[in-house]
Amino acid sequence: MNIHEYQAKALLKSFGAPVAEGVPVLSLADVQKAVDTLPGPLWVVKSQIHAGGRGKGKFIEKEAGEKGGVRLAFSKEDVMKHAEAMLGKHLVTAQTSAAGKQVNRLYIEDGADIEKELYLSILVDRATSKVAFVVSTEGGMDIEAVAHDTPDKILTVQIDPLTGVTKADGEKINAALNLTGSAAEDGLRLWPILYKAFTEKDMSMLEVNPLIVMKNGHLRVLDAKVSFDGNALFRHPDVQALKDETEQDAKELEAAEWDLAYIALDGTIGCMVNGAGLAMATMDIIKLYGEEPANFCDVGGGAGKEKVAAAFKIIMKDPNVKGILVNIFGGIMKCDVIAEGVIAAVKETNLSVPLVVRLEGTNVELGKKIIRESGLNVISADDLDDAAQKIVKAVRG
Amino acid sequence: MSILIDKNTKVLTQGMTGNTGSFHTSQALDYYGTQMVGGIHPKKGGEMWTAANGKELPIFASVAEGKAKTGATASVVYVPPAGAAAAIEEAIDAEIPLIVCITEGVPVMDMVRVKAKLAKSKSRLIGPNCPGLITANECKIGIMPGSIFKKGSVGIVSRSGTLTYEAVFQTTNAGLGQTTAVGIGGDPVKGTEFIDILEMFLADDETKSIIMIGEIGGSAEEDAAQFLIDEAKRGRKKPMAGFIAGRTAPKGRTMGHAGAIVSGGKGDAESKIAAMEAAGIRVSPSPARLGTTLVEVLKG
Repeated sequence: MNIHEYQAKALLKSFGAPVAEGVPVLSLADVQKAVDTLPGPLWVVKSQIHAGGRGKGKFIEKEAGEKGGVRLAFSKEDVMKHAEAMLGKHLVTAQTSAAGKQVNRLYIEDGADIEKELYLSILVDRATSKVAFVVSTEGGMDIEAVAHDTPDKILTVQIDPLTGVTKADGEKINAALNLTGSAAEDGLRLWPILYKAFTEKDMSMLEVNPLIVMKNGHLRVLDAKVSFDGNALFRHPDVQALKDETEQDAKELEAAEWDLAYIALDGTIGCMVNGAGLAMATMDIIKLYGEEPANFCDVGGGAGKEKVAAAFKIIMKDPNVKGILVNIFGGIMKCDVIAEGVIAAVKETNLSVPLVVRLEGTNVELGKKIIRESGLNVISADDLDDAAQKIVKAVRG
Repeated sequence: MSILIDKNTKVLTQGMTGNTGSFHTSQALDYYGTQMVGGIHPKKGGEMWTAANGKELPIFASVAEGKAKTGATASVVYVPPAGAAAAIEEAIDAEIPLIVCITEGVPVMDMVRVKAKLAKSKSRLIGPNCPGLITANECKIGIMPGSIFKKGSVGIVSRSGTLTYEAVFQTTNAGLGQTTAVGIGGDPVKGTEFIDILEMFLADDETKSIIMIGEIGGSAEEDAAQFLIDEAKRGRKKPMAGFIAGRTAPKGRTMGHAGAIVSGGKGDAESKIAAMEAAGIRVSPSPARLGTTLVEVLKG
């Protein structure tokens, strides 16, 4: 689960991290009040969307102007002008689709005098199963590009879960970032704070890009991007409350209510599969035969008739869907249960696009019989290759 | 021979009294008489549990007690996510040699803690978020459907449950059969990686060929490929077929499995396929042709 920059900063601040004063605003009416609480003389007006690259992004609407999604203001009037230009408009960045994301929230922040920009992130290193700090002196840039062009400028420090961040770890991070004087002192205080926030709140990623050294020599968290481990949300109601549903696809939200793993994609063939690996493989095989999947959908190992029907209806809400492929390997799931769910959903939705069903595993003969005798126009397939070829042929008419 | 489990393996179920644990303990008992020897429940110690086929098993208050009274050599964990890590830790403390965690949705930070404990222990963990493992016609731990297995010569290791079933089903249909199939699980931090299982398959005389199924996310497939290259230089090599799921997955999205995500420019399917092919694995472009690809490899 992702949150906005201003939420991430508030969270880090509560752990004691140095962040600038700032106020989030959801409407133009709130801008004046927000700006009056900040001292100036420099303000930053930042678009709040769940995507990186905002500063270099561009708005679709002409009236938003040529500048990106993060704008400097040298007067309170400028703050208002920027807010008017950006709020409600669609921002396209390297991480959004071409349609962009609507900016529904702005964050107005006290400006900072930047001496140096650094990069810091914390994540779980899968190769070592430990939490790791990834740092670089090349802050403010796309870290993937830095990793590609100058990998020696990125340093990783693994943290032992039994000790947490030791002084030696802190000094290693300081050295990697070339910190001296008061910035180095700030660092030794900040690293354990960030580690504590990461582990206590079950984050999956914490990225501070840039972390800055200010002209006064102190460190400040200038940008913050945080995502959380979805599997740990059950123990963090405070984090769950930060969810911004306007950032998510409506179909994905509905799928989550049914405990379905669903991801909307750009293609034309809807998929319903049991198991994440098989669901990905089904997308791959559609592509292999020349078409694109409209979604990823894993109904899970123990789906009943209602869940199958719900998945079917969600897939059908995508107007790009020209055909559907159901691929079930029933180990625990029984094929007859799936068949009944599919038949019920086809009838309920008055399905008007071709449907190919491939069933295998427990009670497969019973499942195939139910489909055959339903009198509905359902194409049966013997294996996954056969199924993929049949649905591709069907959508091409 | 086979790997990890056989007809002598004695298994305790942690979380046996819940729906999932109860159902699958009954299923395991019906698979060639897998030796399920008891269950664990802190408040129901001393009671008896009845399987679907009428067989009764004792319930113990702790894993340590269960191990002492049954001589269990393995445990399977069906405990819900919030308590799964504690259940694994209890089994580690009781020095259970093989712990298999089926539970999906264990927080990553809990697994970071468990891994640190495992490193200093006598236990091996498989999972979490895995279907378990089966040694054909001998022992079933977990939720794989036993009916598709056939005793034979292929060792199977996979990050995905249902793709394991595909590989098992296809090798059964091809007449090859399996020694052991192991689902190592779809989480980013897990007890056992490809390399551990590949090492065991290379060492097992009955395993004549291997299928390895990976997916996007992390670098475990690349690490396994390097391991296979190193072992081949020492003369240890077996015919292999493989598959990688997620070629079409968008970047930065978690594809069902918590570990299946391409992030920070790492973990994409193409680099995994290239690494596996460089290690001599024939990677099938289609998940429907795992069995036939292996048959082609074996024909030479």
